Amino acid sequence: MKLYCLSGDAAKPCFVLSFKELLIMLDCGLSAHSLLSFLPLPPVPSTRLAALPAYSPPHVSDPLLDGELKECCGRVFVDSVPEFCPPLDKVVDFSQLDVILISNYTCMLALPFVTEDTGFKGRVYATEPTLQIGRFYLQELAEWLAPGAGGARAARRWKELLHVLPPPLAHARPRAWRRLFSRAALERSLARVRVVGYDERVDVFGALHATPVSSGYCLGSANWVLRSAHEKVAYVSGSSTLTTHPRPINQAALRGADLLLLCALTQTPAHNPDHMLGDLCVHAGVTLRAGGAVLCPVYPSGVLYDLLECLSAHLEGAGLAHVPLYVLSPAADASLAYSNILAEWVSAGKQARVYLPEEPFPHAALARGGRLRHARALADDALADFRQPCVVFAGHPSLRCGAAVHLLELWGASAAHAVIFTEPDFPHQEALAPFQPLAIKAFHCPIDTSLNFAQAGKLVRELRPRELALPEQYAGARPALAADVPTLLLRRGAARAPAVRRRAARAELCGELAARAAPRELRAGLRAAPLSAALRVRDARLTLEPAAGAGAALHWSALDVPALVAALAREGVGEARVEAGADGCIVHLPRHDTLVHVERHATHVFCEGRADVRQALRRALAACLPHI
Amino acid sequence: MPDIKITPLGAGQDVGRSCILLSMGGKNIMLDCGMHMGYNDERRFPDFSYIVPEGPITSQIDCVIISHFHLDHCGALPYMSEMVGYTGPIYMTHPTKAIAPILLEDMRKVAVERKGESNFFTSQMIKDCIKKVTAVTLHQSVMVDNELEIKAYYAGHVLGAAMFWIRVGSQSVVYTGDYNMTPDRHLGAAWIDKCRPDLLISESTYATTIRDSKRCRERDFLKKVHECVEKGGKVLIPVFALGRAQELCILLETYWERMNLKYPVYFALGLTEKANNYYKMFITWTNQKIRKTFVQRNMFDFKHIKPFDKSYIDNPGAMVVFATPGMLHAGLSLNIFKKWAPYEQNMLIMPGFCVQGTVGHKILNGAKKVEFENRQVVEVKMAVEYMSFSAHADAKGIMQLIQYCEPKNVLLVHGEAQKMEFLKDKIEKEFKISCYMPANGETTVINTPTKIPIDVSLRLLKAEAVRYNAQPPDPKRRRVVHGVLCVKDNRLSLLDLDEICDEIGINRHVIRFTSTVRFDDPGPSVKTAEKLKTLLAEKLQGWSITISDGNISVESVLIKVEGDDDSTKSIYVSWTNQDEDLGSYILGLLQSMVQ
Ligand SMILES: [Zn+2]
Repeated sequence: MKLYCLSGDAAKPCFVLSFKELLIMLDCGLSAHSLLSFLPLPPVPSTRLAALPAYSPPHVSDPLLDGELKECCGRVFVDSVPEFCPPLDKVVDFSQLDVILISNYTCMLALPFVTEDTGFKGRVYATEPTLQIGRFYLQELAEWLAPGAGGARAARRWKELLHVLPPPLAHARPRAWRRLFSRAALERSLARVRVVGYDERVDVFGALHATPVSSGYCLGSANWVLRSAHEKVAYVSGSSTLTTHPRPINQAALRGADLLLLCALTQTPAHNPDHMLGDLCVHAGVTLRAGGAVLCPVYPSGVLYDLLECLSAHLEGAGLAHVPLYVLSPAADASLAYSNILAEWVSAGKQARVYLPEEPFPHAALARGGRLRHARALADDALADFRQPCVVFAGHPSLRCGAAVHLLELWGASAAHAVIFTEPDFPHQEALAPFQPLAIKAFHCPIDTSLNFAQAGKLVRELRPRELALPEQYAGARPALAADVPTLLLRRGAARAPAVRRRAARAELCGELAARAAPRELRAGLRAAPLSAALRVRDARLTLEPAAGAGAALHWSALDVPALVAALAREGVGEARVEAGADGCIVHLPRHDTLVHVERHATHVFCEGRADVRQALRRALAACLPHI
Repeated sequence: MPDIKITPLGAGQDVGRSCILLSMGGKNIMLDCGMHMGYNDERRFPDFSYIVPEGPITSQIDCVIISHFHLDHCGALPYMSEMVGYTGPIYMTHPTKAIAPILLEDMRKVAVERKGESNFFTSQMIKDCIKKVTAVTLHQSVMVDNELEIKAYYAGHVLGAAMFWIRVGSQSVVYTGDYNMTPDRHLGAAWIDKCRPDLLISESTYATTIRDSKRCRERDFLKKVHECVEKGGKVLIPVFALGRAQELCILLETYWERMNLKYPVYFALGLTEKANNYYKMFITWTNQKIRKTFVQRNMFDFKHIKPFDKSYIDNPGAMVVFATPGMLHAGLSLNIFKKWAPYEQNMLIMPGFCVQGTVGHKILNGAKKVEFENRQVVEVKMAVEYMSFSAHADAKGIMQLIQYCEPKNVLLVHGEAQKMEFLKDKIEKEFKISCYMPANGETTVINTPTKIPIDVSLRLLKAEAVRYNAQPPDPKRRRVVHGVLCVKDNRLSLLDLDEICDEIGINRHVIRFTSTVRFDDPGPSVKTAEKLKTLLAEKLQGWSITISDGNISVESVLIKVEGDDDSTKSIYVSWTNQDEDLGSYILGLLQSMVQ
């Protein structure tokens, strides 16, 4: 067994496990930190961004670099279509992958980089909500950034000149960065995904079973349990023990694994999600009451549902029920509608509503009542009567693309408005950097419900794995996480071998063959018998059926030479002469042209006589050695 | 040989009520717990005294599985759990758990409030019963206990209908409930993987129907409705809130749209929204097309079908009205009927079964006059049509399902004996497997081959694979492993000799035999070895024969040639004790070859 780590972002993981001659990719996360190096791509042209001064490094004059870099308030940005950092493609040949298992929709966005134009022939498994919501995330990105989406140029030269650029660009590793895939590649890639349900056992080429079990993090989020007859590997990615809208985590299924691979823990360990939600409501309330507007840069699903539920209730309690809530995203309509048909994937409380029957989430009722409006973009006809003060939820949380860019340009100069960051993926100061100077109030209320180090440590103690594997980013938290469990640290681009060793394969023994064997007790509690069996292999499943042959005869212990001589005499093979040798002794049978070399653990018969002498010897040996 | 035992308590050569007992591997499972709609007395419920004449039933049943919300499959469940006293686990899908209690309550009202029956479960009992249900999702592997595992597959038929795969140890059974192999207007087709169960228990309602007769019935229905409204008539369709009602609504809605009809269509007020909401929220259970388009347009938000108001009864002109309840025994549907029945341009379409004693039942039996409690007599001049729309697999579909899951035996239930006979014949001929059709109370016993899990040493398997792969490919060649069967803590393993010695803690004693053959063959010994190898390969075709450094191996027997270039060669043949047969055979062969 071997474990490869292909992502340098522990929250957007990508591992490959080689196990039982299979290559299994675990998650396919797309690291988007690279976006922050780029200038925002506004949905409507921005004169401010266009007017930013060009930057060229001191003492360097390179005409190819012209216009690639711009400066804003002392920071240098790349003026180009933003790029992403997909999983490493040099370590594992993607065409050799057998299976990709996805844990949740935040960890699958690099899928087209792995499955398209790479010769990939394997299968991809994800739960239905993971596929659908992942599609929303990807379609949203594609709308903004897919080739042909915007007019921006693709800058390249700056990547050659990193050494002369100021930080943080100087520390970037942009050679592996890629532009977003085309929409066609995205659709082809998603079409490969096979939908699975929680606790469904997926047969992986007959060699093992993979089962997604609820991880409690978001709709359809799953941890994966890989099981063969003798080994168990648990992959825990993006789990939550908090009570929010998804089904709670299923811990029982993860217990007692030979290897537990743990990743995608919280990115904001210092912030309690409940407190942050409370803070957000307070900040929003204060801003709205003063007549300001509130912008929340968010993804089109996930915590957004909780935000809508909590904020609408809070505003109602604060006498602000008249304030409209807007969700702006190419995927808004689909995401809000879709969340309400996932009765089987939500918490017990939300599920109980379905039995009434009422929608599990209140946002459908908010939309019917006119308090919640959703549209593809700000310019949408559906928003003809857009009015302030209001709360707008819009992407992208990096503030490099989507409606949020436009709204921040609109509202940034006024201290009456507020921008509240809830998504934990990007440091908010860096997200805001290309918009500086700003007068708008900025609040950082990251809501990351995934496990913090203390919760993860508690989980590891309860699950009792034999071995633990962690991305190296968690090395510092190892004492809290691992306690006394042997631990592997995984670094991007490296491979490690867990201690799990396979010794046996599971087969089915047919009743007829079992009935034929007559096992003898060889020591207390252990019976054995020689067995020959025809081996049938069908869909990688082994069956043992009756076959000719008596099985492997086993003799053991040392040979008692005088007893052998006596036994030979009884068989009519007499005149044996015993001679001491180097490692034992030699029995001469001159009349039968035969020598018997007897050592402690072996007997070698050099028999030049007739076949019946050999048979007599075999009987005599059997009489003198314990055997089955 | 371990057995699987099946006893239908209902659905054995009939379609009245499904309730089948399944026993395997020491577990007893009840498949469906249906009510017979045709009886008013104790025959309505399954005869639970068959399971246990007296005393608690819970200890005799490990779990109850309900396939779908139709009352002939779940109608007796509250009776069993609240009145007979079953307290064990009950499984059904989420939509079934949501919808079944509504149908049960409708049914209870008919039985108790209209017909004044006693000894029937109460509303509270229905609620208590449903609380005990564990809802499952499709393909979820559910461990009922350490040995009993169940898994639901999509069955089509009605919203939330499922087939169940049930496994104990190495034995497995698939129970279909009612299913449909062709997608219909709002549901997809049943699907199952190649799970190769020991037994498939299949419904056989339409065992002899081959063509897609459902489409014909639908066309017929639409034609009749259309003709009636065209002539200015009024069409009354009594329905229950859920199930067929939604399917008929979709049918009419799409027809109205396609034909651009303007006649009003109404659905009894209040019910529409609630009932259709179930369908909206469980839209993941509907067919591909509805799921794909639901964001733009939810199929259950009807454009042409408007809520009905009582005052519309006397409106002039054509209209179509869906009204509850479905058996014309009370409420709105009966009120409308009283008003419309005396006019022959009107039409009544009964899309479902009616129990005895209801107005619906009388009319379907041809009553031309119906008398009511207050001596009111209503003349029935309107046209009366009965149409069944339930979606079941036809013979082709059943054969298809058998092909999908490759069962080793088939058992037919939920059908008429004569039609079953025909299908049984067809199955046995086409698939060469046994097919059974027990009557109610009759037990069928099916033998299944024993399969015992065993751990085979990887070293043993690798050694076999090396031997096997060294030979030219031949799919017919048997793969054979020779090892030692080891039984420890009730677990079986097949080990190689070194492993078993380690396991027991003994030292192996290897016995080897070597014999010499003299061969007069001048030249280098390597040449002699090559020559022998060629000769052996000719004689022993298909055997594994290799040569390296002048040493020949034939399977596990070693042959070595020694001697000076110009002298007689010694051919040593060596084998271990266990290869005696092979060793002596090759020795004999070499002896004959050199002469
Ligand atoms: Zn049915």
